[in-house]
Amino acid sequence: MNFSEVFKLSSLLCKFSPDGKYLASCVQYRLVIRDVNTLQILQLYTCLDQIQHIEWSADSLFILCAMYKRGLVQVWSLEQPEWHCRIDEGSAGLVASCWSPDGRHILNTTEFHLRITVWSLCTKSVSYIKYPKACQQGIAFTRDGRYMALAERRDCKDHVSIFVCSDWQLLRHFDTETQDLAGIEWAPNGCVLAVWDTCLEYKVLLYSLDGRLLSAYCAYEWSLGVKAVAWSPSSQFLAVGSYDGKVRILNHVTWKMITEFGHPATVNNPKTVVYKEAEKNPQLALGRLAFPAPRAAASPASNTESKYEIASAPVSLQTLKPIADRANPKIGVGALAFSPDNYFLATRSDSVPNAVWIWDIQKLRLFVVLEQLSPVRSFQWDPQQPRLAICTGGSKVYLWSPAGCLSVQVPGEGDFQVLSLCWHFSGDSMALLSKDHFCLCFLETEERVGTAFGRPGDHT
Amino acid sequence: MGEWMTVTDPDLSSESKNICQYTSETKMSPSSLYSQQVLCSSIPLSKNVHSFFSAFCTEENIEQSISYLDQELTTFGFPSLYEESKGKDTKRELNIVAVLNCMNELLVLQRKNLLAQENVETQNLKLGSDMDHLQNCYAKLKEQLETSRREMIGLQERDRQLQCKNRNLHQLLKNEKDEVQKLQNIIASRATQYNHDMKRKEREYNKLKERLHQLVMNKKDKKIAMEVLNYVGRADGKRGSWRTGKTEASFFLRNEDEMYKILLNDYEYRQKQILMENAELKKVLQQMKKEMISLLSPQKQKPRERADDSTGTVLSDAEEDAGELSRESLWDLSCETVREQLTNSIRKQWRILKSHVEKLDNQVSKVHLEGFNDEDVISRQDHEQETEKLELEIQQCKEMIKTQQQLLQQQLATACDDDTTSLLRDCYLLEEKERLKEEWSLFKEQKKNFEKERRSFTDAAIRLGLEVLIGTVLQYTRGHGRRSLTVCLTDLQFAHPNLLSLFLLLLLLRTFARHVPVHLNIVPSMY
Repeated sequence: MNFSEVFKLSSLLCKFSPDGKYLASCVQYRLVIRDVNTLQILQLYTCLDQIQHIEWSADSLFILCAMYKRGLVQVWSLEQPEWHCRIDEGSAGLVASCWSPDGRHILNTTEFHLRITVWSLCTKSVSYIKYPKACQQGIAFTRDGRYMALAERRDCKDHVSIFVCSDWQLLRHFDTETQDLAGIEWAPNGCVLAVWDTCLEYKVLLYSLDGRLLSAYCAYEWSLGVKAVAWSPSSQFLAVGSYDGKVRILNHVTWKMITEFGHPATVNNPKTVVYKEAEKNPQLALGRLAFPAPRAAASPASNTESKYEIASAPVSLQTLKPIADRANPKIGVGALAFSPDNYFLATRSDSVPNAVWIWDIQKLRLFVVLEQLSPVRSFQWDPQQPRLAICTGGSKVYLWSPAGCLSVQVPGEGDFQVLSLCWHFSGDSMALLSKDHFCLCFLETEERVGTAFGRPGDHT
Repeated sequence: MGEWMTVTDPDLSSESKNICQYTSETKMSPSSLYSQQVLCSSIPLSKNVHSFFSAFCTEENIEQSISYLDQELTTFGFPSLYEESKGKDTKRELNIVAVLNCMNELLVLQRKNLLAQENVETQNLKLGSDMDHLQNCYAKLKEQLETSRREMIGLQERDRQLQCKNRNLHQLLKNEKDEVQKLQNIIASRATQYNHDMKRKEREYNKLKERLHQLVMNKKDKKIAMEVLNYVGRADGKRGSWRTGKTEASFFLRNEDEMYKILLNDYEYRQKQILMENAELKKVLQQMKKEMISLLSPQKQKPRERADDSTGTVLSDAEEDAGELSRESLWDLSCETVREQLTNSIRKQWRILKSHVEKLDNQVSKVHLEGFNDEDVISRQDHEQETEKLELEIQQCKEMIKTQQQLLQQQLATACDDDTTSLLRDCYLLEEKERLKEEWSLFKEQKKNFEKERRSFTDAAIRLGLEVLIGTVLQYTRGHGRRSLTVCLTDLQFAHPNLLSLFLLLLLLRTFARHVPVHLNIVPSMY
């Protein structure tokens, strides 16, 4: 595992290009494009204001930079550095901006979600979509980029419109039986759209591509409902995480729940492997950790190395008591992610914030629990293999795979607090983002993540 | 006659009392004291008794006593004591024979009575003890009854209390349920109220948005524009086309077509998957069915006495299923009747198998109860004992391993202390030294053995050499006639001055010399 130099970054804006060749990062109002392998600066663009959002087009030829305060979007081309494009929303304001899947249209959401303007880069046409819904996830594109689903709210009722992305024709428009739609997401096969309601009402609706309601699922009434939703990569399962701390898995044949996974504070099953992160004295570094020797001797206490220890059942995890009578309480399953091979599901329960739970989908049971020393900020699966990277805001990045898990200290002078991370699409490298810097971590190809005081996970 | 009724001899009275007590319970006649005295007088026990006996009849009143006795005896049914009277007035004479007979009769009677008395007394005792026993039992049972009654009362009381508690809890539960229902209703009503308010606010908000939208659009802000250096080509390289009415419609239709195509593809793919799964499952079920049939069919070989319905059905099933299989392979597997047939036949087989297993279980339990040893079947107790033994062994082995590990760790851990390490090292070296000594002695022994063997080998080699030499010499002489043969002993390579071999050589040469006159020149050039 090699770490690159540390570069400047602002607002956690660092993205790999979809073809995996370039890395875009922002420093204040400058956009820096680097080559992924050498990290040399290939292009440097200057925008008019501080950039709040960057996004690569799907063919990696263009990159947009959105400046919400000024209501501006600037688009840069990689092939032709002198090409420029600027979209000014003016008094309409700008709240969100994204690419269309063909990489030639930009969808700007104006302030107060008044409308969505579709700007075309190839023609002079502009389209407007009225009444978009102001919710967490109002726009969803299918994986093949053919269709876009948009949540709308007209006459105090929620509707969903499906557009054909090639010519922006409205394909279907139907209303949903939700009180207050909170999000929509396409299944990876592009044939089913999952729609879920606000957290005050547990309702998950499944619509077919042609607008028919396939199924409605409601687990319980009155308590707070759905917090997070994730499709499995094969579209076989829909994982619904809710505020009661459980994940319910729906199957694609009957759209009924096949199992539910709870997140209790104690893990009793002896078959589950629980890895607990423990501090270890840097002097006694019984280093089986595969990373280059850091300047650990001179580092302050927060940079002490840590290792994973296996705890034997029953294991009790640290819980966080949620503050009563506050909105959006810190309970429930807030983060869900399937592994790319569909075998594992990683979840985090907000009332047990230090732990990441990994479920075996083949056997439909809990496989591994990883407990860190500080709350887990984010985790992401390697796009190619079942390898999970976790960051907790400390200076370490944690990797788990069925062979074992390992904790790696990010080398660098001073603290490097890893606030976020993102994988390269090939799974060979990972960008670690902190408040002001970022660095790249190169993982050897075919690397078997070595076990650091952890025995290989059992598949039985 | 009244006189002897008042006879009370103070000496006699106590003894008579004793005797009377002994006999008092048995006979109670109207003239009780009288008869007692009569009875008492029949037992000749002591002198006092004799004197008591003599009190009835004295010398003066013999006639009177005889007549009295006669009267009494005749009333008792005994023959008269007097002889047959010849005349009315003449004195009747005592018939001694009759008297003796009467006495004998009385004695016999007396004995019988005594026996009877004894029997009655023993029976009385028995009955007495039985009565005591029964009274004890009765007392105990009464006590038991009391205690059980008390217990019952206690239990009844407890039961009542528990019922009371139960009722209370039910009541509480009902109350709680009612409250929950009430709260739910409250929540529902509040939710509807909130929804209503939300809708109202939303409508207001929408109005504001519309207004704002109008304002924004009306302003025709020149700033809202896109400035681009040059327009970029489409991603797929095609050119844009004009959108007229016709093309709009065709676009629409084309989009619809594509959408349905995508959906259909997805459904077809899923259906294929499901068909494959179904085919596999059907295969598995059929295999299961076949195996179940084969499991159950050995029952046919068993004695016919046990041929009940199950074997009959198995046979019929086997025939049925054979036919079915051939049919199924021809038909398409997704036919409903075929599916039903398959599941029904499997259910049947499963039921048969289950009953068979149950029968076997019963047999096993019967064997267990009857306790005869079936050689093939180990009784459960033996099996359990074996497993216990094995477990104990395993535990012991584990403990041994643990202790060994601990010792090993201890040894490794005590590497910090110098003295001990040097000691340990010496110990190790001592061991090594001793081992080496042993090996050295072994080596020496082996060396000796090798030497011996080598000597024997060399002897053998010498002998062989000699034989070869003789053979060659013979050949030589045959070939070259008679000649003097200087046997040069240097030809014989003696590694070792071996007397034995020399002797042999001389012997050979002598025998050789008999045939051929040879001059022997032994050149002892040996080393």
